[in-house]
Amino acid sequence: MASDKTKHYDAELHTRGLSHYVDDVAPPAGMLHAAVFGSPVANGTLRGIDISEALKAPGVVRILTADDIPGENQIGAVLPDEPLFASDEVHFQGHPIALVIAETYEDARHALTLIKTDIDEKPAVVDPRVAHQNGDILGTPRTFALGDVDSAFADCDLILEGRADVAGQEHLYLETQRARAVPTEGDRLRVFSSTQSPYAVQKAAARVLGLPNHKVEVDVIRLGGGFGGKEDQATCWACMAALATHLLRRPVQLVLHRLDDLKMTGKRHPYTADYKIGLTRDGKILAYSVRHYQNAGAKTDLSLAVLERTLFHSTNSYFIPNVRAYAASCRTNLPPNTAFRGFGGPQGMFAIESAIAHAADELGLSREEIQRKNLLQEGEFFPYGQRAEHARAVPTWDKADELYDLDAWRARVDAFNAENTAHKKGLAAMPVCFGISFTATFLNQASALLHVYTDGSVSLSTGGVEMGQGINSKLIGIAARALSVSESRIKVETTNTTRVANMSPSAASATTDLNGSATVLAAEELLDRFRTLIARELSAQDPENITFENERVYYRGKPTDWTWEKVVSQAYLSRISLTSQAFFATPNIWFDKSREEGRPFAYHVYGTAFLEVTLDVLRGIYEIDTVRLVHDLGRPINRLVDLGQVEGGLAQGLGWMTLEELAFGDDGRLLSHALSTYKAPDGDFLPDDIEVHFLEDENPVGPYGSKAVGEPPLMYGIGVYFAIRDAMQATAGDAPLPFDAPLTPEKVLLQLHHRRVARIWEAPREAAAAGE
Amino acid sequence: MTQPVTFWLNDQPIETDAPDGLLVLDYLRRQRLLTGTKEGCKEGDCGACSILLGDLNDGRVVYTPVTSCLVPVGELHGRHLVSIEGLNLPSGLNPVQQAMVDRCGSQCGFCTPGFIVSMCWYMLGSPDHKPTLQGFQRAFSGNLCRCTGYASINRASLDLVDRFSEGGDLHHVWTADDRVAALCDAGLLPTYFTSIADHLATIAPLDEEPMDRLEEADFFVAGGTDLYVQKGEHLPRTTVKILNRHPEMKGIDRLDDDGIFRVGALTTFEEFGHHPDIQAIIPRIQDYLFLIASLPLRIRATLSGNIINASPIGDMTALLLAMDSTLVFDNGDRRRPVPMKRFFKGYKIFDKEPDELMTEIHFPIPEPGTKIHFEKVSKRKCLDIATVNSAASLRADEQGVLRHVSLTLGGVAAIPLYLKETSEFLLGQPLTTDVVLDALRIAQGEISPISDVRGSADYKRLLAHQLLCAHFTEHFSHRVSPEALLAS
Repeated sequence: MASDKTKHYDAELHTRGLSHYVDDVAPPAGMLHAAVFGSPVANGTLRGIDISEALKAPGVVRILTADDIPGENQIGAVLPDEPLFASDEVHFQGHPIALVIAETYEDARHALTLIKTDIDEKPAVVDPRVAHQNGDILGTPRTFALGDVDSAFADCDLILEGRADVAGQEHLYLETQRARAVPTEGDRLRVFSSTQSPYAVQKAAARVLGLPNHKVEVDVIRLGGGFGGKEDQATCWACMAALATHLLRRPVQLVLHRLDDLKMTGKRHPYTADYKIGLTRDGKILAYSVRHYQNAGAKTDLSLAVLERTLFHSTNSYFIPNVRAYAASCRTNLPPNTAFRGFGGPQGMFAIESAIAHAADELGLSREEIQRKNLLQEGEFFPYGQRAEHARAVPTWDKADELYDLDAWRARVDAFNAENTAHKKGLAAMPVCFGISFTATFLNQASALLHVYTDGSVSLSTGGVEMGQGINSKLIGIAARALSVSESRIKVETTNTTRVANMSPSAASATTDLNGSATVLAAEELLDRFRTLIARELSAQDPENITFENERVYYRGKPTDWTWEKVVSQAYLSRISLTSQAFFATPNIWFDKSREEGRPFAYHVYGTAFLEVTLDVLRGIYEIDTVRLVHDLGRPINRLVDLGQVEGGLAQGLGWMTLEELAFGDDGRLLSHALSTYKAPDGDFLPDDIEVHFLEDENPVGPYGSKAVGEPPLMYGIGVYFAIRDAMQATAGDAPLPFDAPLTPEKVLLQLHHRRVARIWEAPREAAAAGE
Repeated sequence: MTQPVTFWLNDQPIETDAPDGLLVLDYLRRQRLLTGTKEGCKEGDCGACSILLGDLNDGRVVYTPVTSCLVPVGELHGRHLVSIEGLNLPSGLNPVQQAMVDRCGSQCGFCTPGFIVSMCWYMLGSPDHKPTLQGFQRAFSGNLCRCTGYASINRASLDLVDRFSEGGDLHHVWTADDRVAALCDAGLLPTYFTSIADHLATIAPLDEEPMDRLEEADFFVAGGTDLYVQKGEHLPRTTVKILNRHPEMKGIDRLDDDGIFRVGALTTFEEFGHHPDIQAIIPRIQDYLFLIASLPLRIRATLSGNIINASPIGDMTALLLAMDSTLVFDNGDRRRPVPMKRFFKGYKIFDKEPDELMTEIHFPIPEPGTKIHFEKVSKRKCLDIATVNSAASLRADEQGVLRHVSLTLGGVAAIPLYLKETSEFLLGQPLTTDVVLDALRIAQGEISPISDVRGSADYKRLLAHQLLCAHFTEHFSHRVSPEALLAS
């Protein structure tokens, strides 16, 4: 019963302020509050910590350090390099050292100011190239290859080398990291966490407490935004709350203050890359070689998986016959960088797009001409051995061109620029190709638990975590369709480790694919039981001819008097289980790391965006005027939710490329440490003129023909970098235009007027000289 | 014995002995367990904690949107505090909520109550004669959303514009004499709103000591938009003096006999920008204010607070400095005027005695033809702290000779900088491109920017140059050549 009138089911609660996030649930009696003491320096040896004054502060109940951990002081999910509390070395500013537990939040925060540490500060490394040179590499560097890049360069008319730098990005989920732990019987406990990965929290908390997993129940209602920032990095805070509860046997809540969240948590990985691109005179790319240096921060976290996806997307939507892509995860003294929508893919794409822009400059071609010429076609290979199936790079580009006429658009921009000097317009195209599946193949599994109550209402539990992406609304749509009942009958439950075991994180854009597919299987199992029952009651020998439509049972295409409610009631009275559980594992995916090839993705999502900006040449500021895009959606399950994902992802990409500037000092301190200094897009920054066109056709491997939508749209935002650059190239100057994102107003103005910078220094120098 | 702070919270009368300095956000969430109001940043930058405050005015309640993370409980006396819960109907959704649901203007939902409050303010309290998309956008300009990219929120706003515009089903509500009552009548707001005015009228004012007998306090709180950002966790543990209990410190008067404007120190940015006499001398003041701060902050932030904060980058400071303002200080016994150009002595060091309060700001009425202009560049165009700002007060005679020049720059020195040498050089000079270029060189000798998170010293020097150019290209493009200045 999928209807066109789709909705985001949580919105009715959200708009009335009735949705519950972790700390909106009425506090249980006797609940304590925790606050985290983090390292004031980015690198050093921790010689001692003095908590004596803090312990005397009003309301303080206890202060915990590494010594208080009954189990293992370790929460590293991939590599065991992440203690819950630092005990001998500190490796980033904000590295947790101690936890204050007090009667009130204010008491806990106040006591933090009384803790003293004795740390031998050491020089911090913040540059991944320096770390790489020092051999400070996490895991093993990886190389993907296709064709023979070295000999291919010999055939090229033009070979260019360059460097592309791209900075990190703060997730800026509006709800900071938080958790509440509540003691239950004996040594058991229940943890309410704002996490994308309840199972990761369960495992890590059990490890820290020295308990088996089944004694730690993790429950997630919803997240006030995640974007990857709560995939691995919600774990630490939940473990701290669990530790305090375990030791004190009282409820404990830990809510990170915004400033601490900014300082202590990892972000999107900054990358720096060296590229070499070889082309024919007419813009056909023959060879591409790239070396990516990932700034992993101080701990492994998910960096190695992020690194892998950089390689998977190092050629974006293009087919390049000869490729060698190297990537190394470099350890620095920044907070451990982590998952963020796109997961390394955007950084890989920024490098190839930069190389193409460089080539366009040299060849005297437009960027879009080279882009179009090299788009991936059906049957061509990605540099990891997967063949492009149902390739949509060309169709989305051509559809966008048909709808928005790129040549005419370019002509309008040129005409504007010919007539104006104070303002210049810039235009860019940005194709995107993004692989769907966890690249760690084993994670591509999910299960669903369906209960039908005797009144016909349905309860659905999966491993999907609602963080605004609308998984609950999509699951409601899928379950209603699978059971042929009204959406109003379906309720999606909290995500809970006692109902769904060993769940994969809600990540990789795959949450609907995995949990939705499991839901369909669970529903089908239930309907099979019903068919058997109804066939018996109807004395029918052909249960396969019993169908369900619109809450009614049909037999051989004709309606019967069996309604949904009657079926449920009869099933109950006939002692047929009204609960089903099903398991889904994405078929036909594999990857062999020893050969760096395989078929890691179930499918790819494609799209093409055109973006226009206007540059204020005098002030170096710019406005994004227009974004028009064609997105490969499959058959939508919930068009409204999907549109929101496309527009929201785009907005984050636009912000990442322009004004969101994470500034770290050479000593590893975060300088943009508050919302007053780290600026995310506001309503005014984003253009009112955004148009999204969906290319809709059946995806053979998604639930009901749908496609994943969470991450790919972010990468349309990369286009804005090149649109601004395009506008800068329309000015009279000879701006150097390095590839260095974000392209802040500061960089724009300094590049546009780079000759003036030297000149305006003359006056004060002359004045100083005259004064001597 | 101190009187309890008495107010209405949604549909409930409240008397509280909570500390005056406690933030309304913490009061709502922790003491009243009203958790619809969210904490996103606690520095007025995200709007997730937006609330409405209603004040009795001529028998009606006038509402303003503010961020509850910057308002102390001590300011609630006699007012109507409306949280998101107070906008909910007994069943169903109000029109703003319905539009946001229909258009999926909410994803994770954490910012949503703040958006609903801001948009509801526009619906029930905006002075706009006709609802517009831009009106809604300005109403939620202080609300950050990380999920939607705002497009769906714009669509929800457009739905509301349609409904409340001519031809829409709710047009009569927008044009009603009392829009709040009309909304209640139409079942679109809870009916308790109609009785709030009567309730507020019964609350006796606090016996506040007069300003000339100010007792000692740890902090004097005006708008609190910076104080609470810096000391928010500390203030509830201290004694604070709520200056906003002194309405006599507000107000704008044009005193033609004295040739000056007299502005109360507690006058807010919004009051300043809305005053017709100010708009007459600074025609683009509303545009400048849109760049400077979001509506909830403009409603809170005071002119004196901006000045006394002594940030080298204060936006209104740069403007008032260019307008040759004089600050009037009062210690109860003596009034002491201090010209603003001599007020700032060093980084956050200024000419004020510990027992003095700034009570008034005076500036001369500009002569006809004077152009007052403000420029600001920040990483994000709106609602961001400037990297460099600049204000100018300029008047040229018919021959194009400059007869009045006052230029200021912010963010390029330890103090908000009046460009004395540059201004004096330009006075009496003909306005030509060459003269402006000479002046720009002099200006470079007056500034000493440092590199920080807002930009490198080079960038600030360059911006100073560009923004000074902009004053002339914006107002005298017929005398100076923008092309020549750009190419210089």
